[in-house]
Amino acid sequence: MTSGASAVAGTRIPALAARGLSFSYSKDAPLLDGISFSLFSGDILTLLGPNGSGKSTLLDCLCGILQPVSGSVFVNGADCSSSSAIELARQVGYVPQTDMPAFDFPVRDYVVMGRAPHLGLFQTPGRKEYEVADATLESLGIAHLADKLYSGISGGERQQVRIARVLVQTPGVILMDEPTNHLDYGNQIKILKLVADLSERGITVVLTTHMPEHPILLDGMVGILDGKGGFCMGSVAEIISESALREIYRVDLRLVNIEELGRLVCVTGKLKG
Amino acid sequence: MRTGTAWFSGRDAALYSALLSVVAVLFVASLAIGRYHVPVRETTRILASRIVPLERTWTPQMENVVMRVRLPRLAGALLVGGALALAGAAYQGVFRNPLVSPDLLGVSSGACVGASAAILMHWGALAVQVSAFAMGLVSVAVASSIPGFFRNNTTPMLVLSGVIVSGFMTSLQGLLKYFADPLDELPSIIYWAMGSLGSVKAGEIKIVGLVIAAIMGVLVMIRWRINLLALGDSEARSLGVNVKRLRSVIVLCATLMTAGAVCVSGTIGWIGLVVPHLGRIVAGHDNKRLIPVSILLGAAFTILVDTCARNLTGSEIPLSILTGVIGTPMFVWLLFAQKTTV
Repeated sequence: MTSGASAVAGTRIPALAARGLSFSYSKDAPLLDGISFSLFSGDILTLLGPNGSGKSTLLDCLCGILQPVSGSVFVNGADCSSSSAIELARQVGYVPQTDMPAFDFPVRDYVVMGRAPHLGLFQTPGRKEYEVADATLESLGIAHLADKLYSGISGGERQQVRIARVLVQTPGVILMDEPTNHLDYGNQIKILKLVADLSERGITVVLTTHMPEHPILLDGMVGILDGKGGFCMGSVAEIISESALREIYRVDLRLVNIEELGRLVCVTGKLKG
Repeated sequence: MRTGTAWFSGRDAALYSALLSVVAVLFVASLAIGRYHVPVRETTRILASRIVPLERTWTPQMENVVMRVRLPRLAGALLVGGALALAGAAYQGVFRNPLVSPDLLGVSSGACVGASAAILMHWGALAVQVSAFAMGLVSVAVASSIPGFFRNNTTPMLVLSGVIVSGFMTSLQGLLKYFADPLDELPSIIYWAMGSLGSVKAGEIKIVGLVIAAIMGVLVMIRWRINLLALGDSEARSLGVNVKRLRSVIVLCATLMTAGAVCVSGTIGWIGLVVPHLGRIVAGHDNKRLIPVSILLGAAFTILVDTCARNLTGSEIPLSILTGVIGTPMFVWLLFAQKTTV
């Protein structure tokens, strides 16, 4: 069921690659079974799949929080199992699902935490680190939030701040677990635009979502996890089909090509009848 | 509340020096105040004469009271207060909960059992301290290893085992009190468990002081990393933090420091909970600032409380009574000021 996606272009080294990655929480039912793919600088991979299909688990394996049962993850050609947590943190950033920190930090203090993998055990962030944090907030157009408390900003702003924290880490790969979760429609699109910007900066982004529209809008790679270990991946045109989406979501849905927009749109059928 | 957290070290420096001056003023004032009054001017001169040569304008009696009687006790207050407040702030950071105090894993209840047993055996003052220190550490060691048996190293599991061990130690303490001679041993046990700096000796303060200062140094150096633990385990790990090791180092340091403080003064409640809260209002939640601020506020608060303890009435008032009487209303005010929702 596994298909390596983008054809390996010459001798380019993938920014992020998985080879035969398997993971299971219980012995008899593998959640991820022999997943392989390669992503290059600036690629976007959107993961779809029903609840509990292992999207977050795959992200956890990719950033070293979970150890795969078998198989390996490669970042810039180096096997992750042989690199330290700090080395990995400098190259792979992770934005888990929204969670409030236990203490209410001001945004700038929150963002500067992204510098942790670049600081020694006994170092505290100094002027340089705070300048990086401020510059990153500025580049995302949210410099005005710097002195506000994390709890005092909106959900959409919080997600941008979390992305700022990961950018301060200066990773080449960013993993995002449902970055559009709990956001209003406008903010969802805003975050997707931000993902597209990151990709233009040459950052490889892997994100999970429950909205089939999102991979179509991002127009990068799509991966579908079926929850039984199966994984298929390819371009939007290769992967996104009515049958594949019905398989995931088990509802009556249609893919309609809207000429005005020049793209496919995913809509559900009637609720009744 | 201060939200702007600019990196201007000048602003931090101003905060630290203001607090340092408060500690210094309280320190000198407390040296002067007492049943045998020594004028502040003479107190300062006696202290200064140790560094620069000064003409003796004070009586030998004054010098004796200031240097031999009050100074070791104040040094004890400074150390114990700073240590307990720092340990409290560190524990709160590790357990991601501002309502945690350094007693959480049973160090105080264990120390009480150790001290009570030594008192029952009539082992002498030094043995009481060593026994309290050792049993405090044993309690925390047991509490920290229980989660391992269940292969469940989550924070709630650790908190629960702390509650279990504290409960067990409190019962043992009850048993020891029950067997104690009500005329002689029981009062000593009770007095010890309520905390006092009345019997601090200059010699022991030097040793314990060095140990506590060294551990404080470690915690001050890694203080910013405590912030990372607030993000939660996965997020901290994605930042390259070895969460388990960092947590263990901080808990170990904070516990050793609390046990060290307890063997100087007996158990003193509330400092480890209330002072870091006050610190959070003054400095915010960033441990980069909160940790030094907590040390200084803890020292100031304890000097103040101990000065009250030896001056308010004809006899000494145990410290835990005062920290409770002052600390609890203050805590209500702090919760109100922070608009804390628990």
